[in-house]
Order: sequence, then structure tokens, then C-alpha cells
Amino acid sequence: MESNRPRYCLGLLIMFMIIFSLGIERTANDYILAIVSFTGINIILAISLNVTNGFAGLFSLGHPAFMAIGGYTTALLTFSMEKKPLFLPDLPQWLIPVYLPFFPSLLVGGCFAALVAQIVGISVLRLKGHYLAVATMGFLIIVQVLLNNADSITRGPLGLNGLEDFTNVYWVAGWVVVTIYTCWKIKFSSLGRSMLAVREDSMAANSLGVNLFYTRNFAFTVGAFFAGVAGGLWGHLITAVTPGSFSLIMSFNIIVMVVVGGTGSITGSVTAAIIFTLAIECFRPLEENFGIYGVGEIVISLVLILILIFKPSGMFGTGEPNFITGKYKPLNPTN
Amino acid sequence: MDSGYIAQQLANGLILGSMYALVAIGFSMIYGIVRLINFAHGDIVMIGAFTTLGLMETAGLPFPLVAFGVLLTGCGMGILIERVSFRPMRGAPQVTGFIASLGISIMLQNLGILTLSAQPRNFSFPSYMQHILNLGPVSFRVVDLVIILTAFFLMVALIFLVQKTKLGIAMRATAENIDVARLMGIDINKTIMATFAIGSGLAAIAGLMWGGKFGQIDPLMGYVPGLKSFVAAVIGGVGSIPGAILGAFILGLSEVLFVGLLPPIYSSYRDAFVFGILIIILIAMPNGLLGKDIGDRA
Repeated sequence: MESNRPRYCLGLLIMFMIIFSLGIERTANDYILAIVSFTGINIILAISLNVTNGFAGLFSLGHPAFMAIGGYTTALLTFSMEKKPLFLPDLPQWLIPVYLPFFPSLLVGGCFAALVAQIVGISVLRLKGHYLAVATMGFLIIVQVLLNNADSITRGPLGLNGLEDFTNVYWVAGWVVVTIYTCWKIKFSSLGRSMLAVREDSMAANSLGVNLFYTRNFAFTVGAFFAGVAGGLWGHLITAVTPGSFSLIMSFNIIVMVVVGGTGSITGSVTAAIIFTLAIECFRPLEENFGIYGVGEIVISLVLILILIFKPSGMFGTGEPNFITGKYKPLNPTN
Repeated sequence: MDSGYIAQQLANGLILGSMYALVAIGFSMIYGIVRLINFAHGDIVMIGAFTTLGLMETAGLPFPLVAFGVLLTGCGMGILIERVSFRPMRGAPQVTGFIASLGISIMLQNLGILTLSAQPRNFSFPSYMQHILNLGPVSFRVVDLVIILTAFFLMVALIFLVQKTKLGIAMRATAENIDVARLMGIDINKTIMATFAIGSGLAAIAGLMWGGKFGQIDPLMGYVPGLKSFVAAVIGGVGSIPGAILGAFILGLSEVLFVGLLPPIYSSYRDAFVFGILIIILIAMPNGLLGKDIGDRA
């Protein structure tokens, strides 16, 4: 029988998010607020990559590319009318009068990223395993090169800066809840089950009537949509988008969160994203005060390798913990 | 655009191609034997370059000794990485090793930044290496000649090793079928370790060359040659050593010609061009030019 526990947990999550955002917005300083927002954005990124990577087993390194697409789209849409002629004198004519408020811009950014994912997915998703990883990495590098060279729209390597700081704790908290809810629903729907089946054995899944192409493409697109939204939030948090920031390092960081949390586990992604962001923030003053740059990355990669050797399933494996699902038998077919 | 210019570009492509080839061989050998895309391979190039700098400028050794030392360091690093990280993961899903190699790559880069600082360093070979030779319309430095000759020598030696020696036969058997090879009494661990050692040694030598060719090294320098050599290995068919060499020369030549023959505004699209080729090859002919059909790629 379907337990009601996840619904209660969702209610608790929403309540917690409202109280937490209200509380922290009033009490904490800008630095803490920025860290909290980064944590939220990392949660969105980790969960969305988990849909692609964990549910459907599509090992993608191209997540920052979708972030970049979403980030740039959102930035262009919300770019203030006064600054446009100054910053972007060569902007194509049809883009000059375009302006949208923040929320619709985020949606458009996410949808555009999803659209690109559809197009890329048609060709790339035929590949499997690390071949897919390499192809998506190639896609990431191509997107970076294009952003670097499309001066009239992106200002090239300078990037778009001076964006409005629209992103605050409320927006991030809202999107975190939406992401968790959507991805949870997907995971426990028949489509999500198909994804898991495709991941475990694509031939068996196919012979049971699962449409491989549709399932994979859907997982890839959902991941890209939320990555695009996260890119928009991210750009408006640090008030700039530059091609260099959407790099393979970022890809690596998101993958670390997914692997450490457990590929396929939403709870795991959330936990790992929180730990990861806080750990990075703890290392930052250490690096700056003692001039030992790179220690954070070394520790993170070391943790990743140790986890891969000793606990490859990550903190939560592929399932969700029982106190959330309300089931006392492992729900996941793989366990 | 005269024929001299084109000949010069071809020579440049050849030099670039031979450096890619040394790295790509290692990628291909390691993939062939353990089905692992070793992302950290490019960072061995960086280690090789810094070892060269250390041995040549700090210790002041003569060039052949430096080259030998770099080769040994590369082999040592390869063995270390295999032993510490990849061996405990053997038998895990392919992607696990790939993620781990990504982690090792980031770790090596940041260890480099931590111990050597992120500042690029100048790298200069002895002056007789900088001497400029003219061969008809083509001019190049002695170091370029050394790069090409060393690369060819190493490639021939490697092909001999793989085809004729006992170790080479063991390597090919392991690549063919690891379980049957073990039943035939081949020490799998030793063979895989030797593969990592040889591949990494070659990559370290490529680091020496890269530094000598471009004159500047930094802890993140291994990223680009690593990625591009991987593309070269894919073009030739991952797992095949002649394929890796062929792919590297095709990539080196086409990259140089792309930059040299097209109008300059396109030259900043160089990387997009290279990775565009990668995606097209992966989709259209995943076995590459000389690779065997393994059937687990698409």
C-alpha cells in the first residue's frame, strides 16, 4: 500500500523552507545568505544531474553547458534596458527590446536549455557509458567556445556582468522545493521506473516495451531544464555569467555531489550538496589565509576516490531512506 | 598562399601530431587493456614537463639523461596511479573508473598548484636545441626535429614491444580476454601495471616535448593535450595503437591546417572544431578508423 509518509515529508519540507528562509533572511549577513543560496543552487544541480545520471544511467559531463545556456538566456532577458546599448552595442535587432521579469526569464532559460538538450540528445544519447560522457564533454567545450566567440550576444570572454541581484533565498528555496518534488514524482512514476529499468538493463527494458529513446531523452531533458534554471539563479546570484565559469571543474563538482550522495538517490543528492558546499566554504578561508590554494579540491577528489573504492554506492545508495518513503522494505528493485 | 607556407604548416602539423601520438598511445593501450578512459593521462604530461624542468635546470643533467629520468618518472606515476586507485576498482562499472580518473586528474592539477604554484614558468632547452634549421621553404628548430625523431623512435620501439616480446603478447592477450589470459598463466596485475607504466612514460616524454615546443608550462597544461590526444585515440579507434598514431597525425595536421588555411577569425573555433570531430566520429563510426568492433559503445 502506498504510504502517505512522502506527502507529510513534503509538507514538512515546505514548512521548513518557509521558516528557514524567513528566519535566515532576517538574521544572517550577506555572506551567509550567499552561501545558503549557493547550497540551494547546488542542491538543484545535484538533483537534476541525478535524474540524468542516476535514474537513467546517462553519464553526462555536459551539465554546466545547460547551466550556461540557461544562465545566459536568463541574463539576456533580464538585462536592464539602459545598460543594453552600452554593454552590447552589436546585439541583434530583435533582441534589443526583449525584456522579461526574473521568474519568466528563468522559465525561458530552463526551457531553452531543455530544447537544446532535446536536439543534442537525439544524436548523442545513442552512446553509452563513458562514450556518452566524452561526447557530452565535447558538447560542453563546444558551448564554451561558442560563448567565447559570439561577442555580439555574450561579450565573449568578458561575459555578461552587472546583472541585477534578483536571486535571493526565497527564489532558491522555492526552486529547491519544485526540483525535489518534480524529481521525486518522476522517480516514483512509471516513467521513473522505466528509467531505472533502462539503467539496469536496457535490452531487457526494451523487450518489456520501454521506449529507450524516449525515456533517455526525457531524463536528459528534465536534467537540462533544471540545470538551466540553476544557471539563471546562479548568474543572478553572483551577478555575472562568464564562459570560463561553466567549466569541466563545475561538471566534476556536480558529479562529486551525485556520487557521494548515491547515484539515484534524491535524499543523497541533497545531503551531499549541502556537505559539499559547506566544505568548500570551510576550505576557502583556509586557502586564502595560508596561501595553500588547491587544498579544497585535493581533499574533495581524495574523498571521491575513497568513496568510489570503499563505498561505490554512496551515502544513500540508489534508493531513498525508509523514514521518508514510509516503507520498511527496500523500495528499489536493485537492492 | 604559396606552397612553402603549406609545407611549413604541414611540418607544424607533423610536430603537433607526434606529440599527440605519444599521449594517445597511452590512452589507447590503457583503454584496450582495462576498458578505462584514463582522464588523468593528460596530467602525466604536466608531470613530465615539470620533471624536465627540475632535472634540467635545477639538477643540470645533460639532455639524454633528462629524457631518461622523465620517462622513468612517468612510468612510476603510471604504476602509482594504477596501484592506488584503479586496481581496487577493477571489476566495477566502467563509469566508476572514469569518474575516479577525473578525480585523480583534478587532484594532480591541484597538487601541482599547491606545490609549484599556478604561475606559468618559462621553459628553455639548451641553446643548441633552439638553433633554427632551414630545409627548402620549411624552417624549424632542432628541438622540433628531436621531437619528431624521438616520437618515431618510441613508436617503433613500442610496436616492436607489443608485437614481438613476451610482455607484448601478454598485453594483447589481456586486452583480448582478461579471464582467458589469466587462465593461460598470465600475471594480469603485472601486465596491466606494465601497460600503465609504458603509456604514462610516453605521456611524460610528450610533456618534455610540449614544454620544449611551447616554452611555457603550468600545472593545468595537461588538460588540453590530454583531451585532444583522447580525441586522436577515438579517431583512430580506441584500443588500437596504430590507430592512435594515425589519429594523432590526422588530428595534428587538420588542426594546424584549420588554423593556418582558414581566415583568422575562425582560429578561435579550433577547439570546437576538434570536439565537433569527436562527436561526429563517436556517432558515425564509434570504432574509429582502425579499431575493432567491441560492440559496447553505442
